[in-house]
This record gives sequence, structure tokens and C-alpha cells, in this order.
Amino acid sequence: MTYEAVPGVVETREAFGETTLVVDPARLVEACTHLRDEEGFNLLSDIAAADYLGWGEQGVAGYIGTAAGRDLHEPGSQGLAHVPAPKPKRFSVSYHLLRVGDVPARVRVQVWLDDGEAVATLVPVWPAADWFEREAWDMVGVRFEGHPNLVRILMPDDWEGHPLRKDYPLGGEPVRFSGED
Amino acid sequence: MTVVPSTRIYEGTRIPPRVPTILDVDPSKHDPGDILRVNFGPNHPSTHGVLRLIVDLDGEAIAGIEAVIGYLHTGFEKTMEQKSWWKSVTYPARIDYLGFHANELEYVLAIEKLLGIDVPRRATWARMALAELNRIHSHLVWLGTAALELGAISMFWYAFDDRDAVLDLFELAGGTRLHTRYVQAGGLAEDLPPGFTDEVRKFCAAMPKSVDEYETILDKQKIWLERTKGIGLLSADDALALGQSGPVLRASGVDWDLRKNMPYLAYDEVDFDVPVYANGDVYDRYKVHMDEMRESVRIVLQCCDRLDEMEGEPWIADDRKVVLPPRHELHTSMESLIYHFKIVTEGYRVPEGEVYVVIESPRGEAGCYLVSDGGARPWRVKFRAPSFAALQATATVVQGALVADMVAVAASLDFIMGDTDR
Repeated sequence: MTYEAVPGVVETREAFGETTLVVDPARLVEACTHLRDEEGFNLLSDIAAADYLGWGEQGVAGYIGTAAGRDLHEPGSQGLAHVPAPKPKRFSVSYHLLRVGDVPARVRVQVWLDDGEAVATLVPVWPAADWFEREAWDMVGVRFEGHPNLVRILMPDDWEGHPLRKDYPLGGEPVRFSGED
Repeated sequence: MTVVPSTRIYEGTRIPPRVPTILDVDPSKHDPGDILRVNFGPNHPSTHGVLRLIVDLDGEAIAGIEAVIGYLHTGFEKTMEQKSWWKSVTYPARIDYLGFHANELEYVLAIEKLLGIDVPRRATWARMALAELNRIHSHLVWLGTAALELGAISMFWYAFDDRDAVLDLFELAGGTRLHTRYVQAGGLAEDLPPGFTDEVRKFCAAMPKSVDEYETILDKQKIWLERTKGIGLLSADDALALGQSGPVLRASGVDWDLRKNMPYLAYDEVDFDVPVYANGDVYDRYKVHMDEMRESVRIVLQCCDRLDEMEGEPWIADDRKVVLPPRHELHTSMESLIYHFKIVTEGYRVPEGEVYVVIESPRGEAGCYLVSDGGARPWRVKFRAPSFAALQATATVVQGALVADMVAVAASLDFIMGDTDR
């Protein structure tokens, strides 16, 4: 499956039987329109945003321990077996496309962004992108330029912060006991 | 793969032009002074969970609608990032709490894809049998609740009676009726108990007759026909543009089923048909659900025959770095004890990478996007929820409907709020 004709592709990765097209964020709409019209990817399956803050900072595994030392009381503190390759920017937004047709195919289009950078909306290309982009904005804080209704979808409308970011706390409420004031 | 031309259902597109998921009041059709804005839900018996619909009514006609979700958001994805791979398998089942096996399966298939582990065929066929039993279960609940909301109250009890038989089968296999957590990376958590296939065959002998009974009750019932035929139209082009899949897409004339077109597990080795209907209305979605139940019974019977042949084969992979060793070995083998300890406390490690695994859940295209950093916990898990996509179609399918139809249309989209909100 070759995607040489797709405009804006910076890198093509094949792994685990899946093809990932890393696209320049400025040419995303061009690339996706080409994929929809010329390559026949008529269904947008998913838009997944991920935060890579702290990627690979867990150090080296084994009895060598992490840079900060190994805590015998923390079973998982040995760190990683090897340090994974660093990511180009903090956030990735992956668009999973599906070709519903005689030759089924899936492809992942990926863009990389830093905090504060925005990417164009795909709602004019696939209307299904509407809520997926809202969720990516709500959970990870990636802005989609030109989205007709970019408001929070899963969290309450007045929530502050983006929960799926790595610097957002796990949260929870303190347990209240009866009889307390 | 055939697609019925969309002009058979309606001309052009009905996707709202400003925001695809919000139907705005058209001032040329409705006088804004006549509009009454009503709030349905999130606490409402007919919204299939905590869905909030803000509806603009002109008399009884729906002039505008917006679906508001997020009332069941519990942060599955963030929580799973904190748990080890072995322990996080309990979470996906609770996302789509009716099609729970599908969610567990897609997550475990994603982990296995990253691990590159070989799953023994007994586990594959058992997973298939359970996935199809889960499909029957989910469709029964859908049928019962959809009919209940339209007033066919007895359907609810009949469907739930059959559902109980399926839940008993799950209890026999995995120990719990719902959320079985029966799949584990590498295969099944435990072997199928002896006599399981006989119990399944007894159920499958009775099931098609039940489906026939349900169709006798509903198919020619005048009220059911009036309330479902020609209601909630969705053309094939609009369905694809809105990311629809599963029964909704098949009822709009698109012959697309991942089990046939992009088979996973052993679906290419079983014989079954995919029901496709062309009218794109609520009645056709109902027919797709009914026929799918029959086809699932066919698949389950074939799985039972194959499982009987594979009696005694391993049910989980042999890789001790990922799979717990059998308990009796812990008494004699030091290495097994160490593996057990490491897997239970720290958890196994999954190689670095990202995968997107999609299966055909009872609701359609259900996917798991998994990113691993090579460590003992997932870095990012994102579940593609078919219900999330289905609710995006609300503004398109409800056009031309009355308030009473809205309930039927919403039910026909077959969404689960846990799946939508995660």
C-alpha cells in the first residue's frame, strides 16, 4: 500500500501491520481530502490525541535502578528496560481512517504539535470529526482551527484544565465521613 | 461490497450545514416565536442512560435538536494509564457495559498485537463463541428496551428472560454474569468448564424459536409498524460521512461488517451471512438486529463443534513473561514462582509502539488505540466508541420526526452511555 501521492506527508511508518502517515499540520486538510477523494477513505474511524510529556523519563531498568535510585518498597521503580526514542513534539493527534469498499484498508494520519499550536479542523472533510475533535480539545487541550463548535463535551462546560494531560492530577475527592463538620 | 444508491432513501444530504451535530431551527419553516425549548434528560427513562437532548419543538414537530453527553464520564482512559497491563483488563469491559466482551477483546487484541504473542486456537474459538453470545445478549437488551420505550412492554420481559439464559452461560464460563474479564493477554484466563458446549447448544436450540416469537409479536403489529417504518431516515452517504457502523450502517444499505470484510479471530473460517436492509429507517435497523441474532446462533454452533474437537488443548499462550504459570507449578519450580511474583506485582512489559485494533462490537466499529512506552503500564489508551459516533447522527436522523418518534429514533441508534462517555 503506497501513499506517495498524498500531499504533505513528512514520514511514513510501517509497524505491526499498520501504516502511519506523519503529515505536516499546515497541510492536513489537503492530505485528508486527497485520502478521501483519491484513495477512497470514506469513513473517519477515530481521532486520538496523546500527550507525551515525560516520555522515556523513567530511566533504565534492572538492578541499576533509575537516575533517582531504586526504592525497594516500590515494586515498579526499576524503570524501563531501555529508553524509548524521543518524540518530535509534545502532542500527537492521530486520525484513523477506514476505506469502506471493495478493498478495505486502514491508515493512520498523524500530526505533531506543541502546547498552544493548533491544527485545522477536519469537519468539512468528514462531519464525523465534530465530536472527536471536541473530545481531543476537552481531554488534551489541542485546538482545532475553524471548528464550528469547539466546546467541552465530556467535562462540564466551565471545567478548567485538560484531564488527559500528563501534568493533570489523577484527582479524586476526599472521603467525607458522617459526623464531620 | 454493494451500496444501495442513497437517492433511494432521500436526495442529497441531511447533515446540518453549520454544525453537523446540531439541528438549528429553520426560520423559513418554523416561526421562532412558536418554538418551545424542552430538555429531555439526563434523567429520563427513555434516553437509554444519561443522555441529554435539548429539543426545540414547534407543536409536536422537532425543529431543532442537540445531544449533550458527558454525564457518565468516569475517566477510564486516565485510570487505565495508572494500572499495570494485567490489572487494567478489568476496565474496558465496563465501558460498553452491554457489549462487554467486545471491549475486553479489543483491548486484549491490541496488547497481543504489540506483544507479538501467539494465541492458541482454542482460545481464539472460545473468544469468538463468547463474542457472539455477547452480541445476542446485547441485541436482546436493545430489543427489550427499544420496544419498552414504544410501549410494547411485554417484549421487555421476554427479551430479558432469554438474556438471563445467556448470562447463565457467561457465569458458567467465567464465573461472573457480566463483565467476565475472561479474556487475558495470551488467551483465556481459565479453560472452558466441561459441559459448556452442551449448555450452549441447548441455548442455541431454543434461541431461533425465541427470535421467531419476537418477530411474530412485532413484525406485523400495526402500532410498531406505524412507529418505525419511514422514521429516522439515514442515507448511506450520510451514514459514512457521520462515521456510522454496525447495524445502523447495514440498515442504510451498506454491506459492511468487519467480521466479513476485515476478519479477525477466526471469522473467516465460519459460515454466516450479514443482513443488509435498504430503507434506512428504524424498522430496518430492528430487522438487522433480529437477523444478526440468528446469524450469531449459527456462528456459536460452529464454534461449539470446533471447540469440542480442541478439547484438552491449551487455552492460553505459553509465554511465562506475560502469562501466569499454572498454580501447581508454583510448588515445584523456582522460576515459575519468580515469574508469578514479577507479573503480579510489577506486571509484564509490552514493547514500545502504537496500534489501533478494531472489531465489530454489537454496536459497530469499536476500536482501541494503544500506545506503549515499553513499560509496565499503558501510556495512552483511547477507545473508539461506536455509541459516540452514533449519537453524532442524532441531528441528521431526527429530521421530519415528531416528539414521539424521537424516542424510537434514538433507541434505534443503539447507543450505550458508558460507551459514549467512557
